[in-house]
Amino acid sequence: MKPKGTKNSFTERVINEMTLKMPSLSVNEGMARAAVAAFCSQLDPNATEIADIKCAVSEAVTNSIVHAYKDTIGIIYITVKLCSGNLVRIEIRDRGCGIEDVERAREPLFTTDAASERSGMGFTVMESFCDKVRVYSRCGKGTTVTLFKRLAGR
Amino acid sequence: MTGKNCELDMKEAEGTLEVKLCGEIDHHSAVIVRTEIDARISQICPQKTVIDLSGIEFMDSSGLGLIMGRYALMQKLGGKLSVKNPNERIVRIFELAGLDKIVSIEREKGADRPTPHIANKKRKKQRREKK
Repeated sequence: MKPKGTKNSFTERVINEMTLKMPSLSVNEGMARAAVAAFCSQLDPNATEIADIKCAVSEAVTNSIVHAYKDTIGIIYITVKLCSGNLVRIEIRDRGCGIEDVERAREPLFTTDAASERSGMGFTVMESFCDKVRVYSRCGKGTTVTLFKRLAGR
Repeated sequence: MTGKNCELDMKEAEGTLEVKLCGEIDHHSAVIVRTEIDARISQICPQKTVIDLSGIEFMDSSGLGLIMGRYALMQKLGGKLSVKNPNERIVRIFELAGLDKIVSIEREKGADRPTPHIANKKRKKQRREKK
């Protein structure tokens, strides 16, 4: 729920921020979502909001591990910005293979890796647990996923 | 360095394999857990596999892949698969993929049920869709 009179442009002033850098090992998935959730707890989110953030971050990080750095290990950068108006901005960036067709990748159940039992629901989960999801990708250069979530608080 | 964040316990009785998962299901743990489950399924060929999710504290879309994959395997063997006591967050993720319409969900008495608040929201949504 956004505060009254606030436009949903998600461009509020940054109050605090942190950056996390880690290799794309699947063992880091749990740490990444827990670290982001712990940092966001400064804005006093409720239990559902914490669970939403954890799940969305997990999806984005998994995408970088499974798709962007497929068959290789690369670096994943996560930047979390806490903004005024109880807004959380989470940027998950990789220098992996990039997404050929972002629009298609965001379709529910679309996956390029059905053999590894990927459900194709990653972006759909991010979209339904956040207020806005921005994807910027260039083939061969990498992908940046930015999650925006406005917290209602307790 | 395995960093296992999901424990599993398997029991079999009268042609039914019950798999109880505890902890977190993400891409990391799903890969580990699925090999163990599949090994047991192909070993004993159960008529039914029940995946108990009551001990799951976190699940993302990798959990969907895990359930869908086991569902496909059980179908191939001519058996059934059901999911037991998922919490409401898990059900929400199931619903996003329409998995709740494919896999049957069992609930034990006293298990976590959708709160009236969420159930009402769902009903309202269904009414809106009918219109």
